[in-house]
Amino acid sequence: MFQFVIGLGVALVLIILFLVFRIGTLLSIVKGSSDEPGGKSNKINAILFLLSLFGLFGLFFWYSFAYFDEYTLPLASVHGAETDWLFWVTTAITGVVFVITHILLFVFPFKYRYKKENRAHFFPDNNKLELLWTVIPALVLTALIFKGLLVWNDITAKAPEDAEVIEMMGYQFAWKARYPGADNELGSFDYQNIDATNEFGLNLDDQNMFDDFVPREVHLPKGHPVLFKIRARDVIHSVFAPHFRLKMDAVPGMYTQFHFVPTKTTAEMREETGNPEFNYEIACTEICGRGHFAMRMLVVVDEPEDYEKWKKEQTAWLNQNADYLDMVPDNLKEAARVKAGIASSETPAPTPVEVVVEETENEELNEADASL
Amino acid sequence: MATADIHIGEDASHHDEHDHAHDDNFFSKYLFSTDHKMIAKQFLVTGIFWALIGGSLSVIFRLQLGFPDMDLSFLKPILGSWIDTQGKIDPEFYLALVTMHGTIMVFFVLTAGLSGTFSNFLIPLQIGARDMASGFMNMLSYWFFFLSSVIMFVSLFIETGPASGGWVIYPPLSALPKAMSGSGLGMTLWLVAMVFFIVSTLLGGVNYVSTIINMRTKGMSFTRLPLTIWAFFLTAIIGLLSFPVLFAAALLLVFDRSFGTSFYLSDIYIAGEALPNQGGSPILFQHLFWFLGHPEVYIVLLPALGLTSEIISTNSRKPIFGYKAMIGSMLGIAFLSFIVWAHHMFVTGMNPFLGSIFMLLTLIIAVPSAVKVFNYLTTLWRGNLVFTPAMLFSIGLVSFFISGGLTGLHLGNAAVDIQLHDTYFVVAHFHLVMGSAAFFGMLAGVYHWFPKMYGRMMDAKLGYVHFWLTFIGVYMVFFPMHYIGIAGFPRRYYSFTNFDTFNSFTDLNTFVSIAAIVTFSAQFVFLFNFFYSIWRGRKAPQNPWNSNTLEWTAPVDAGHGNWPGEIPTVYRWPYDYGKPGAEDDFIPQHIPYSATPESNLPIENEMAKEENLTETGQEGAIQVDETK
Repeated sequence: MFQFVIGLGVALVLIILFLVFRIGTLLSIVKGSSDEPGGKSNKINAILFLLSLFGLFGLFFWYSFAYFDEYTLPLASVHGAETDWLFWVTTAITGVVFVITHILLFVFPFKYRYKKENRAHFFPDNNKLELLWTVIPALVLTALIFKGLLVWNDITAKAPEDAEVIEMMGYQFAWKARYPGADNELGSFDYQNIDATNEFGLNLDDQNMFDDFVPREVHLPKGHPVLFKIRARDVIHSVFAPHFRLKMDAVPGMYTQFHFVPTKTTAEMREETGNPEFNYEIACTEICGRGHFAMRMLVVVDEPEDYEKWKKEQTAWLNQNADYLDMVPDNLKEAARVKAGIASSETPAPTPVEVVVEETENEELNEADASL
Repeated sequence: MATADIHIGEDASHHDEHDHAHDDNFFSKYLFSTDHKMIAKQFLVTGIFWALIGGSLSVIFRLQLGFPDMDLSFLKPILGSWIDTQGKIDPEFYLALVTMHGTIMVFFVLTAGLSGTFSNFLIPLQIGARDMASGFMNMLSYWFFFLSSVIMFVSLFIETGPASGGWVIYPPLSALPKAMSGSGLGMTLWLVAMVFFIVSTLLGGVNYVSTIINMRTKGMSFTRLPLTIWAFFLTAIIGLLSFPVLFAAALLLVFDRSFGTSFYLSDIYIAGEALPNQGGSPILFQHLFWFLGHPEVYIVLLPALGLTSEIISTNSRKPIFGYKAMIGSMLGIAFLSFIVWAHHMFVTGMNPFLGSIFMLLTLIIAVPSAVKVFNYLTTLWRGNLVFTPAMLFSIGLVSFFISGGLTGLHLGNAAVDIQLHDTYFVVAHFHLVMGSAAFFGMLAGVYHWFPKMYGRMMDAKLGYVHFWLTFIGVYMVFFPMHYIGIAGFPRRYYSFTNFDTFNSFTDLNTFVSIAAIVTFSAQFVFLFNFFYSIWRGRKAPQNPWNSNTLEWTAPVDAGHGNWPGEIPTVYRWPYDYGKPGAEDDFIPQHIPYSATPESNLPIENEMAKEENLTETGQEGAIQVDETK
């Protein structure tokens, strides 16, 4: 019933609008005014251009200044200062061009609206003017490109040797981080090893992997270079850490990377923003399926000493999943226990070296067979 | 050359008489017509249909973004089980909406609807030809498009949903049905539809290029072509060179999806299983896709710029400023559009050195675009501006071209793009510069050439209402997205509540959604005006806008063949508006210089003398030809 009334109401409004339109058309035919280009509507449109100039610029300037703090994100990385600066310089230049061209674009229609006695100024071309507005934009752009290239080359340059390496892996629909542990070397992996627990597909015969740890949240040291080595397990994702001005796709089958220096600890940022619940976050910015909007990872930036302390407190992945010790080759089991910090409950059986050699030979043979 | 042209023309006029005598039935006139004017209208009406579908999809996802708590159960009759029991849109279907909105708007509305309509309609009429080089191929072009439309439309209704991996369909997401349900049958139909779409575009493009090169009337040299034709010409060439690459990309994707190849797939573990594919590269697809994808932006934009060049000049009553500079900048844009594609890929893991090269090339393309803007402004300067609805939409286009184009300087700069890539800043940028600008060009074209298409006038007052609602509406929808983008909000997000960082701007998102719904509703004013005027509009005079180009010399109800008698000869460029000394403020292209001694420039008086000479010379040539 209610829907029927609404439907009837809409229909009535439409019919009334239609009748108004018909009457208007017939009246204009009677008056014979509709064909005049210099008529009333021409003037109204000209005035509307002027009004929309004031209206749109009013909104633009008001919102840009009044809400500045809300739409700009606090910054927490070294290279971010450079890109932010470049962003605002570009915005200033384009803003000036935007304002000037729009004043011209909206004032001309008002000023030069059709008047019967007027005649347009015949002005087909002028090479000096064309040259002027080819060269000036070209020069401004050259400056922007030059600065942009310098910043881009800095950001994408090789990471410093002492950078903290952290592996970020995206999958549907979360992020996982892996730290290299005390040996500072990430263990190798193969996607064929992946299962419900071994989410990274770690190679259990790689010694570097034994002390790797997989924390629930990412910790970073303040003021120290960090290198994200980024990959994906299923489809493309993209690591986006907005406060660090960091974004890089995670692609299955290859590593991508991004290095940066965090400049403010989480505590400092809480103070600066006046928000005691502030947290750094990582989001996904490449469409990846149903849960694309929910791939949140928490990031904590610590003072360097706190960071080192936190690192020491972490237990290795192998320690947390000790049953995977069975898959470690026998000759490496002891090393694995030591590096992963697993208390040995039994004395390891001595492993004859010869056997291992045979095994590797067999493997090689098998591989050769497969490739044939 | 000239004799050949005349010969073709005369042949066509003979056919024309045949057509009228025998087969003017419903099928040959409205369905399987080979008349370029009817094919143009077919493209236009199909394009309008698609614009409605594409617009409705955006309204649905704007409801989700602007009113996240709203009960959408009332959409159940249309969307069925995609609305869950709590009245919420399924997150995967949200992605399907975004994907199909993009696909439909970019390809079906702004490529087929815009180029298909106006290239078909205006090329023969403005260059003085009876029809396209191949009317049959032209007909096929529409019907391939129709077939593609049917398949794409059907894909909206299948149980697993239409393609949902974004309009860029990046694999592996689009290749693996296990990754999302839309990558199953929906994606297959998407690929099949796009293959037919590409065939349609190529058939059309070959026709446009060969018609413009070969079938210009006597005197219509390239430097006398209206800028519309230049724009269509370059657009067709860009399309011919880039669409085949999309075809290749799609074909390899089909192989990966169905035949177990590994062009784009490598090292994938999904749904508890490691796939056997190794050695492929997802980045390869992105290179191939954007090799079309970026020129596609200009395929959409150039025709709109061409149409508005013509409309702004006509309604300013003065020549377009810098005719040759306009052609030059279009040539520059057309060339550069092929070597900037990787600026969509700065942060995809592509070699950063490539990034710096593409940044350089990308920012260069801003120069010809700037030249175009300044030329438009100078054309308006000291004009005598008549605000027809077409003129309003053209000025609107210039505004969007500026405001959307300027943010291209941010995004083209790799260092700045790191933060802005795939945020709402990008959404704002391309919806203004490519979406809205091209859409306004299309609307301007419809308002301007409607009298030529249907022999009747559209109602101007409704046109004004339509323009102001849409113009202000578009800014209210897309301008706020810049702020949301600077705040880092990623695009294609179903909701923002999962993140502290993005848990703001709910008011602004609601505002944008309301503006989007108002703007969409305003399009019904246009729809009413359009269909009402086809049958009930006021009868159009032959040249309602006092325009110079050739189409206005054809009779109002031109049949197949366009001109009943001889095709008019062209003597001058198309922009002799407001010429000092002339009696009227316009001199059409078919008026010889010898007929306008009062307004000729000194050099044109020389040309007037030559006119007489060549005319006698060519008459001789015709006679020789006929005796053969």
